[in-house]
Amino acid sequence: MQQLSQPMADSAIMFRRSLVRMRRYPSMTIMLVAFPLLFLLLFVYVFGGTLGAGLPGGTAGADGRSDYLAYVTPALVLMAAASAAQGTAISVAMDRTEGIVARFRTMPISPASILGGHVLGSLVQSLLGMGTILLVAVLLGFRPAADPAQWLALLLLLTLVAAALTWLTVALGLLSRSVETASNTPTFLMILPFLSSGFVPTESMPAGLSWFAEHQPFTPMIEGTRDLLAGQWDWNTLGLAAGWCVLIMIVGYLWSRSLFRRPVVQ
Amino acid sequence: MPENNQPAIDITGLTKAFGDHQVLCGIDLTVPTGTVCALLGPNGAGKTTIVNILATLLTPDAGTVRVTGHDVVADGSAVRAAIGVTGQFSAVDGLLTGAENLRLMADLRRLGRVEGRRRVDELVDRFDLRGAAGKPASTYSGGMKRKLDLAMTLVARPRVLFLDEPTTGLDPRSRRDVWDIVRSLVQDGVTILLTTQYLDEADRLADQVAVLTGGRIVAHDEPARLKQLVPGGRIRLQFAHPGALAGARRTVADVWGDTRDHPVDPETAGDTATLDVELPVADTVGALRRLLDRLDDQGTPVRQVEVTAPDLDDVFFALTDPSVRKA
Repeated sequence: MQQLSQPMADSAIMFRRSLVRMRRYPSMTIMLVAFPLLFLLLFVYVFGGTLGAGLPGGTAGADGRSDYLAYVTPALVLMAAASAAQGTAISVAMDRTEGIVARFRTMPISPASILGGHVLGSLVQSLLGMGTILLVAVLLGFRPAADPAQWLALLLLLTLVAAALTWLTVALGLLSRSVETASNTPTFLMILPFLSSGFVPTESMPAGLSWFAEHQPFTPMIEGTRDLLAGQWDWNTLGLAAGWCVLIMIVGYLWSRSLFRRPVVQ
Repeated sequence: MPENNQPAIDITGLTKAFGDHQVLCGIDLTVPTGTVCALLGPNGAGKTTIVNILATLLTPDAGTVRVTGHDVVADGSAVRAAIGVTGQFSAVDGLLTGAENLRLMADLRRLGRVEGRRRVDELVDRFDLRGAAGKPASTYSGGMKRKLDLAMTLVARPRVLFLDEPTTGLDPRSRRDVWDIVRSLVQDGVTILLTTQYLDEADRLADQVAVLTGGRIVAHDEPARLKQLVPGGRIRLQFAHPGALAGARRTVADVWGDTRDHPVDPETAGDTATLDVELPVADTVGALRRLLDRLDDQGTPVRQVEVTAPDLDDVFFALTDPSVRKA
């Protein structure tokens, strides 16, 4: 441990703490993964046949359903990241109400590590959630065509997405005055994937909405994921997705930092 | 030990406002190393604000605040390395077990695996948490949570300890446990600043008591000397016959001159003939002897005499009640 610098070592201890907390409170992790999973089943088995027929070159029935499974899986992978991010806001807010953050702040430890522990813990939760969705999609018949390099790129992209959403929701968690607010504020992250090219092609939307869907950050993230899973490289989309992620991460990080420095007034 | 000469806590001219609300209006307070200082005051007096500033959670508006010689603003990390804080609201992780909470503190303070485990074991025994150490802290009772909280604060052996209302909301037995712990810490040479609303707590634990009200320290002294600020206590005389009361009252006025006659609390007096009188401040013993002699001479035998010294309650009300202070 001595060779690590202090913030790194403190973050590692805080990360261990959030892993223990996750294990102690599994219902939260399960709920966060169950939500996008439920949507996956709903969209594939209830809407899939019809929606698949509406895809460019799509056919109705079982073929449509399997086409739609491939189309919608990336959106639900991203929704799993959004869902996990909601958990981050809750655990950050829980810490504040428990008063343990005030204790940490009176100790000679790196202040960044307190939030860093949450972020690392949530990254793990997020990647587990996204992995579960992909695994279930494969069980339902989805066959990714990615080669090892594309799988690696996908892992990088999804980690970046998870980090961006996590830092953003750390700020939202710090902003909340109660745990209840913290669990409600990030709901927009669950809505945004619907207003993207994730569930239906943007061309089928009315003009204003379609413009929004084409330009909002979830669209390049979802399309980048879809391309990589289909075994294609689309550097423009990937670059745009990475750019959005870095931007959201920086904004979320700076926002969290300034909120965290705000004095605790009781 | 060069640091022994300098006070553990040194506050001069400290002010703090939240918006328009002036919480602290010029606090000066020095706590010598190895002593216990109690900040006594009603809710909203500014006790917690002082603790939060000392703990580097809040920054002062003006004035200097030093802990073990380090400035809380300029050298916050040196202050944090020396202090331990237990606040009013328990700062434990409810999802972790008691032992895990303690080990987290040991890890964050880099005690090392062996020393950390030894220290955690020692504190679990000292705080009588052995049976509960493996259970999540959220299942603990209020008293146990407070004990765990205090144990977590002590993992790193702080030299200066801030306890913000450490016994508020605890049952009498847990209060006594906390008091015992505080006393044993003092024996180890720890400096303690504690805030309390309980006068007996300040009386029992503190070397110095600072009475805080409306953001100012209105008195700061040893508990015994503070008690001298209010007149010399009371005497309760009990007579065999109710008929003796009126004569006795005249005798008191005759011997002691102008003195205040306290109304007798019927609950404590029962149905006996009881007279409560304030003792004169000068030559209390002589005055008492003269009064009892005279009553004896007059054939009004006193069945029982009870003298009560003024307690901190009297001091507190005398100092914090605006109507009394003006007088």
